[in-house]
Amino acid sequence: MPRKNSDSLGQGTREPSASSGITRRSFLKGTGIGAASLAAVRLQLPAVVAEVQEPPVPAVGPDPVPVTLQVNGQTYTVRVEPRITLADALREHLDLTGTKVICDRGMCGGCTVLLDGEPVLACMLLAIAAQGKAIRTVEGLAQSDTQLDPLQDAFITYDALQCGYCTPGMLMSCRALLDRNPKPSLADIKAAVSGNICRCGTYPHVFAAVLAASGQDPRLAQQG
Amino acid sequence: MHAITYEAPKSLEHALRLLAAAGEKGRVLAGGTDLLIQMRAGVRTPERLIDAKTIPELQVLSFSPHEGLRLGAAVPCYRIVEDPVLCQHYPGLVEAAGLIGSVQIKNRCTVGGNLCNGSPAADTTPALIALGAVCYVASPRGTRTVAVEDFVVSPGRTVLQPDEVLVEFRIPAPPPHTADCYQRFIPRNEMDIAVVGVGAAVTLDGEVCTAARIGLGAVAPTPLFAREASASLVGKPLDDEAIATAAELAQKIARPITDMRGTAEYRLHLVGVLTRRVLKVAAERARAR
Repeated sequence: MPRKNSDSLGQGTREPSASSGITRRSFLKGTGIGAASLAAVRLQLPAVVAEVQEPPVPAVGPDPVPVTLQVNGQTYTVRVEPRITLADALREHLDLTGTKVICDRGMCGGCTVLLDGEPVLACMLLAIAAQGKAIRTVEGLAQSDTQLDPLQDAFITYDALQCGYCTPGMLMSCRALLDRNPKPSLADIKAAVSGNICRCGTYPHVFAAVLAASGQDPRLAQQG
Repeated sequence: MHAITYEAPKSLEHALRLLAAAGEKGRVLAGGTDLLIQMRAGVRTPERLIDAKTIPELQVLSFSPHEGLRLGAAVPCYRIVEDPVLCQHYPGLVEAAGLIGSVQIKNRCTVGGNLCNGSPAADTTPALIALGAVCYVASPRGTRTVAVEDFVVSPGRTVLQPDEVLVEFRIPAPPPHTADCYQRFIPRNEMDIAVVGVGAAVTLDGEVCTAARIGLGAVAPTPLFAREASASLVGKPLDDEAIATAAELAQKIARPITDMRGTAEYRLHLVGVLTRRVLKVAAERARAR
């Protein structure tokens, strides 16, 4: 069985079954990888099955396999190796680059997405293990091209970002908080973003934005 | 990360067959919050991952006054933290589970994974030791039980054989006037690894302590059960003097190292401080029951 030990993101392409449309980027990517995905189909065959006697569940991989993900209400099938994280699948195979990979080791919260409504780190979750779950990314927050999520509007109003790199993860943690707790206290908000590291130091503005988005006085953010 | 295969068994029996077929190349993946990071760093190199999250037997979480607690090895920590029954009966275990990582981490990480990772600084392990938790381990040869304090054999290594799966923990129902507590010391507010962590559970009859267990973390190559310190409390009123004696005995078995988180001397000091603190809190809680 061929082994791959590089740190590359592996082969793969996306096959949106309910895509919102073909972007220039996805078009170029799709046409470029066609041959590779055909090869992947061929390689994925029963080599693994032969190694496991009477496998109750066939082992998948290490070559790319179809992985079906439900992202922001749409179903996509990508061909990725089992080692590929959800963060890389989203960014490299679905062109959903709003999810940021900063530390890539579960320390910073930049890659926070919602898995069945709960915030998780997409860099510490294999894409293949996220199948069957409802995945929500920052691209899924806005209700339309012209109407942002009220939380996003509040982030803009209260200037809750500086370099902006942590912002998608911060938004997802705060969205999950508000979905569970429509009137969070300042302490609740702090706990919710304790895993989202912002070295610009925008936390007080994030607190104000979340307070405002939940109909509370944003000046409460200054009390802690 | 190196190349891997991935399997998502739908039952324990399937998982055991897969693990047996994988041999030394296999490893059970729980929350992945340690394992995937270690694999990316090349620290662990399993070639076949078997996902514990899809095994129903590892998701059990039930309590009854007769059976006590059954805690599946792959139950995510947020379920522990949010469970009102656990908060009532095992506040120390809830404290330990609640201290692990951020919201995002708690949504994935598991007590079973915390133990199988084999870190001497695992937060939930001293809490489990204090509660007298027993590990149920399954393999094609059957099921065996291991006390939590005997599970980790050296940093990163456990008693698990390549074909064994940690299925669940069983923790006795707390007798009347029994309570536990876990505290750790870290120099930050959150998101850190324990410099020292101590768990304790005590049972009172009036003011007299009738049972006690103390677990220590991050002060030896493995988490420790402070046997003599625990035994020293039994039969005595749980007053400052008895607590001070137990803390000194706990310090005697600590063999900490000096590293970036603290010196050995500092850790020894912390064992005393934290042992006194958790015993006092556990005693207050036990009195209130």
